[in-house]
Parts: sequence; structure tokens; C-alpha cells
Amino acid sequence: MAKKLNLRDKYALMTRDLSWDPSYQPFEKLFPQMEMEGIKIDDWSKWEDPFRLTMDAYWKYQAEKERKLYSIIDAFAQNNAHLNVTDARYVNAIKLFLTGVSPLEYQAHRGFAMVGRQFPGVGAQVACQMQSVDELRHVQTQIHTMSHYNKYFNGFHDWSHMHDRVWYLSVPKSFFDDAMTAGPFEFITAISFSFEYVLTNLLFMPFMSGAAYNGDMATVTFGFSAQSDESRHMTLGLEVIKFMLEAHPDNLPIIQGWIDKWFWRGYRLLSLVSMMMDYMLPKRVMSWKEAWDMYFVQNGGALFEDLARYGVRMPKHWEVSVKEADRLSHETWNVFYNYGHAAAFNSWMPSEEEMEWLSAKYPETFDKYYRPRFTFFRNLEEQGKPFSNPTLPMLCQTCQVPMFYTEPDDPTTVCFRASEYKGDHYHFCSDGCKDIFDNEPEKYVQSWLPVHQIYQGNCGGATVPEVLEWYHLVDGADNAKYPFSPDYENWKKWKGQVAKEDDAA
Amino acid sequence: MSNTTPAGYEGTPLDKVENFHGNQLIYLDWEKHRMFCSPICVPVPPDAPFGIVCDDITPNAYGEHPDWQHIDWSEVQWTLDDEPFQPDMDKSLKDQGIHHKSVLRFYQPGLDGLEGTGG
Repeated sequence: MAKKLNLRDKYALMTRDLSWDPSYQPFEKLFPQMEMEGIKIDDWSKWEDPFRLTMDAYWKYQAEKERKLYSIIDAFAQNNAHLNVTDARYVNAIKLFLTGVSPLEYQAHRGFAMVGRQFPGVGAQVACQMQSVDELRHVQTQIHTMSHYNKYFNGFHDWSHMHDRVWYLSVPKSFFDDAMTAGPFEFITAISFSFEYVLTNLLFMPFMSGAAYNGDMATVTFGFSAQSDESRHMTLGLEVIKFMLEAHPDNLPIIQGWIDKWFWRGYRLLSLVSMMMDYMLPKRVMSWKEAWDMYFVQNGGALFEDLARYGVRMPKHWEVSVKEADRLSHETWNVFYNYGHAAAFNSWMPSEEEMEWLSAKYPETFDKYYRPRFTFFRNLEEQGKPFSNPTLPMLCQTCQVPMFYTEPDDPTTVCFRASEYKGDHYHFCSDGCKDIFDNEPEKYVQSWLPVHQIYQGNCGGATVPEVLEWYHLVDGADNAKYPFSPDYENWKKWKGQVAKEDDAA
Repeated sequence: MSNTTPAGYEGTPLDKVENFHGNQLIYLDWEKHRMFCSPICVPVPPDAPFGIVCDDITPNAYGEHPDWQHIDWSEVQWTLDDEPFQPDMDKSLKDQGIHHKSVLRFYQPGLDGLEGTGG
């Protein structure tokens, strides 16, 4: 019998030993994207793999996690556990996740397969391959978990179609399209470092803790199942940055530029999470402001202090994110209430009790700016004629979010920024988004802005019903204000039923 | 910040005025009325008189606000692309410098939104 390999030998054989030097083709032809971004790497063997994971061990761990996950999903379905969530409003957070986040997992799968092919170092290739498979696993497990909700609630039926078409989903879609159309070094800085390392706690934590607080054990389970992968991804993100910075001093200004850009793009994307935390969870975990302070200002601040020895500084415009923390979720939710009739989930106004919570968490701003407008909306709802904005919003050319953000020092005035390029005019929600455009205008003049596309006649027609049909949204169900939605009607019936059964027992 | 778009690469702008079937886009914002979450985007014929903004577009967009009944166009202050602006109701949009993707913002002193909160 052959002698069993020790771990070190096995690791070497199953990773570094997979590499070879090309002899029929020149190196540049095999790895054509290595030069285009200006990043200089002289020695790929310096790449460190913090986890020393080989493919055989990887399959074993992942298979074990799959078995656990699917047994819990089965139990969840058999016990009708969707009836145990706090209330049916909660399910809208999951609709947002399925349409806005799960497709990004699939994009990440494609992106890491792509950059794994482009990087010449075998350590980087193996790490990217594993992450690529992880991301495919994440999107699959999320679809399987959430498919249970599709049997009982509206808005889950055509998420990938919606991701490609629905106006606000162009925000996450364009975020990833931007990364995928960059070079491999920018992609990995954008996704592994800026998003997975710096900001992922602000995406995963709110959804997974939110699920736990609101009785959604299925979602909690896929969160746990992804967690060990996520920690591997975060470590990869940090290693990548250090590897590039240590490889050559010329890399620093390029990388700092990407950190600035992708911090801002990621932060704008997280506007959706801010409203989810403060408005969509019937039982709240913490406020957006508390989360931003803990995960970005404190933890992120400490990270950038560590990175200072490489010459890296905090991302440009981070101070603006702190000024906006008191208003981000309120302004974002207002957008989804204004245009709820074109959204793939139900929107609503907070109850009096919820307004008290918001007021306590946002003592500087909630009562002063947001309570009056939300009370006005709630009164209209109570009269049976909920408000819908009859127009289409102006969008930012870069992040594609409606231009709702207010001036950093004035929460009542919209922040307008503009650039002129080759005789055309472009508009932005912030200095951060303007900087990104001004640095690569040829890229962002191509933004597919949903509102402009509707007016060009590319979205099924000129009227709202035609556009909703093109989105595959079921009018009156998927997009209704919650108190007028079939989900709410069903929920009341089901819970009434459950109460009767309990009484009988 | 570095620009890593390859040299010589040219994108195709998606929102040239030619793509809007004879219309141009204008953006409008009623200041201090953030109940309407964002500025709005409206396609308009460039030869239309400015009057359509006051008579058709804004009443449809903003009519549900309790302040709307107090709008007095003679009191309203305008900016066009960040410059102070005095519209002529009868002249065309084009003839008073309102181009494709111009931003028009208006504010009437005293009308500061719900309970004066800018909402």
C-alpha cells in the first residue's frame, strides 16, 4: 500500500504542483489581461494561501454542509415553518434578497472563474476556483431555501428575469457588471477586498440576524452554511490586497483608486440594506446607523489603520457616509414607498410603535424630517387611497439609484452633481459617483438607466401596466402596498386558521 | 485615481437625444418637498412652450402635496442647470437654453413642505 502523504506534501502536490511553464505559447498570449491594468507582479510564488485547502478536502467539507442544510430545509417545509415568521411583512426582505443578492452570487461565480483563468499564479488560480464553486453553491442553496416561500407568497416567481429588468435591480446588477467588465485585478479588489472584506458584514449580518430574529430558520441555515465560505473569501480579499501592494510600489496608486471607487459603489448598493434593517424587519436587530458605526467606522477604521503601513488610506468620501447614516434608510424607504407600484415587493408605512423605535434610534433626524411625511402617507393609507408617485425618477448615471440623496450638510436639499462629456450632460447623486464617472467616462456613458430606457421605448411600452408586464410583475399582488396586498390577506387567514387548530388541540 | 479603460476604447452613449423619438429629457425638482423622494425625469418636445412645465407636468407630479394649492408662479424662484433663471412661459424650452438633460429646480419662499420640515 502506498505511503499516506503528510499534509505539507499533499498541499504542494494538489496546488502548486498543478502549475507548469508554457513551452508552445508565449506567456503573454496565455494570460492576455495581465498587463492592461498596470499592476506589476514579479513573483507569483509569493502568493500565500491562508487556508491551505485542497480540492479533495474542499468537496468533503462542502458535502457535509449540504447534507445538514437540506435536512433542515426539508424539516422547514414539512412543518409549514413559514407560518412561524414574525409577520408576512418580513417575507419582503427575503424577496429583496432573492431578486437583488442571489443573482450576484451567480455573477460572483462567473467572475471568479474568469479571474482564476486570467491569473498566472497557481495559488491564485486554486483560491479563485474554490470561491467560484462556493458562489455557485450559495446561489443554489438560496434558491432552494427560498423556493418554499414561493409556494405561499407573491413576488418570488421570476427573480432572475426581474434582476435583469426591474428598475432598482439595475443597482446591484450594474454594480457587478461594472466589476465583471474591469480587468482581473480590479475585479478581485472590488469583490474580494472592498465588498467581501470591508462591507460584507453589512450585507450578510443584517439578513441573517434579521432572519433569526424574525423566525426564519431556513434562511438562518443557509447563512450558517455560507459562513465558513465567507470567512475564506474575506481572508482571500485581504491577502490579495497585501500581495499586490507588496509586489511593487507602483501598484499603490492604482489600488487606492480602486478602493475609493469600490467603497463608494458598495456603499451606495447598501442603501437597500439600510432600509431593510430599519423598515422591513418586523423585529429589528439594530439600526443601520449602529451597524455602520460598528462595522464600517470602527472595524473598517481599524483595518485601514493596519493597511496604513502600505500607504493605503481610508476610502475617499467615507466621511459623507457617516453624515448620511442618520438619513439613509429613511430616504431609501421613501423611494420604495413612492414607487412601490413598480417594485417586486410590498411596501408599507411604519406603525406608531415602529415610529417610536425610529425616533429613539435617530433622535437627530426622524421626528424632524421623516415622521411628518410618513404620517401624511399613513393617513392617506387609512383613508384607503395610498400615495403613489405618478412620475418616473431621475437616476444617477453611475450607481443608477434614484437621485434621492441629500446634500451632506443639508437633509432637505437634493445633492446634484453633473459633468459634461463630449457635448452630453451626465448627472450624479454624489461627489463619489461623479469621481467614478470622470475617471472612466467611456465606460459609464453606456449605463443602461431604466428610466431612460422606458422613455426610449425599450421596456415593453410607455405605460406603467406595460412596463410591469415586461418586468413579469403581477399588478395588484407583487407590487401592492402591504395593507392592500394578497400576502396580507392570506396571512390573516392562515394565522386565524392556526389559532383555531391550537384551540381545538 | 487611475483610469484603466484601455487607451482608444470608446463607449456608445445610450442616452443621446436622438434616441428619444423627437423628445428631450428634462429633470425637475420642487425644492423643500422631499415627500416626493427624487427629482423627476420627463420627456418633452424641445419646441414646446415653457408653459407645459407649469400647466401640465408639475400639477400632475406634485398636485397631491398640501402645499400645491399655494403655488404662485409669480413668486417661484427657478434655477436652470445651477444658474438663476427667469422662464418665459410662451417661449420654447429650446429657445431659452433648456437642453437635453437640463435640470430645472424651483422653490417658492414660504412653501417649505409638510409642517415646514422640507418634506
